[in-house]
Amino acid sequence: MSERVVELEVTRYNPEADKEPHFQRYSVPCREEWVVLDALNHVKENLDATLSYRWSCHMAVCGSCGMMINGEPKLACKSFLRNYQGVIRVEPLAHFPIERDLVTVIDDFMAKLARVRPYLIPKQEKPLGEGEYRQTPAELKRFKQYSMCINCMLCYAACPEYGLIPKYIGPAAIALAHRYNQDSRDGGRDQRQQEIAATEGVWECSFVGACSEVCPEQVDPAGAIQQVKIKSTLDWYMQHLMPWLKK
Amino acid sequence: MAEEVSRKPYVREITSEWIFRHPRYLRYMVREFSCLFIGGWTLLMVWGLKQLAEGPAAWAAFLECLKSPASIVFHVLALGFATYHSITWFNLTPKALPLQIGEEFVPDAAISGAHFGAWAALSLAVLYFAGAF
Repeated sequence: MSERVVELEVTRYNPEADKEPHFQRYSVPCREEWVVLDALNHVKENLDATLSYRWSCHMAVCGSCGMMINGEPKLACKSFLRNYQGVIRVEPLAHFPIERDLVTVIDDFMAKLARVRPYLIPKQEKPLGEGEYRQTPAELKRFKQYSMCINCMLCYAACPEYGLIPKYIGPAAIALAHRYNQDSRDGGRDQRQQEIAATEGVWECSFVGACSEVCPEQVDPAGAIQQVKIKSTLDWYMQHLMPWLKK
Repeated sequence: MAEEVSRKPYVREITSEWIFRHPRYLRYMVREFSCLFIGGWTLLMVWGLKQLAEGPAAWAAFLECLKSPASIVFHVLALGFATYHSITWFNLTPKALPLQIGEEFVPDAAISGAHFGAWAALSLAVLYFAGAF
């Protein structure tokens, strides 16, 4: 089994001692099949137990290990070391405050996620006895792609609008709102529109498209945002030019 | 009760450096920048209309002005940026206008292709009415 020594340059920030973050170098003997997360685990277990970072599943499902790898938002568990040359720079996700080392403060995203009500709000509640809310394969396909979001926040780290205007609700939250709006079983669109059709919602987006490029699950949040823009514009015309027609 | 943990999150400042972080941001800025040339050309057309309304002498002076080297350079640049602007936006149309027929979505190439087709047809129509053929 081939082994090479990889140089990692990792952001360190200890809120109790440091005024600002700095980089620390680690030399890590790596195996061919290792990802950046394996290298960080090696550092934590063998070289420096004080290094802090989030991870859980190691298989691109939990969305915990998002970080900037050579300046690009990536899941550390999906970034093979063999695809990188020279020193690999590992930083916390851009646009989020640093809690400690590679751990970011994600409270802002969590609050925004709750605001868009990312859950089914049935058109009509029915008792359990009446059975499940049924759906055709075509109806499922309308939203399935947007349901693949793992809340890893890579899209927020890629989005310059979010970096410059932190009030912006942002790609993943809008994509998830869109996911439920597209669901034939859902009737909660009006409630979500108050959040996502507002200035801080889709209208902050200038369609850079970076969110969709970095998404590890091919959710295409940029597509969702543009679709919400079109539907919100149609709402406006219906409301102002044809108010006698119900939405 | 858990012990109170002192927190001191570090907020990184955003500098204009983000534009150069990845080629995609530069491509985006070029697309945004192209609006200046398209807007400038539109203003030029409005000015042309004003000259036309003022009479044959003003209109002839306007046409003469368009033949200046600066005007030709501006038009070449404006055409280049307008083409980049149109191509990049038409390539993005499948994201904004997905079309589901039955269970399947219409392929992206068909949606952007329809836009490119309409663009070509309208351009040919404008050239036809302008007497180019």
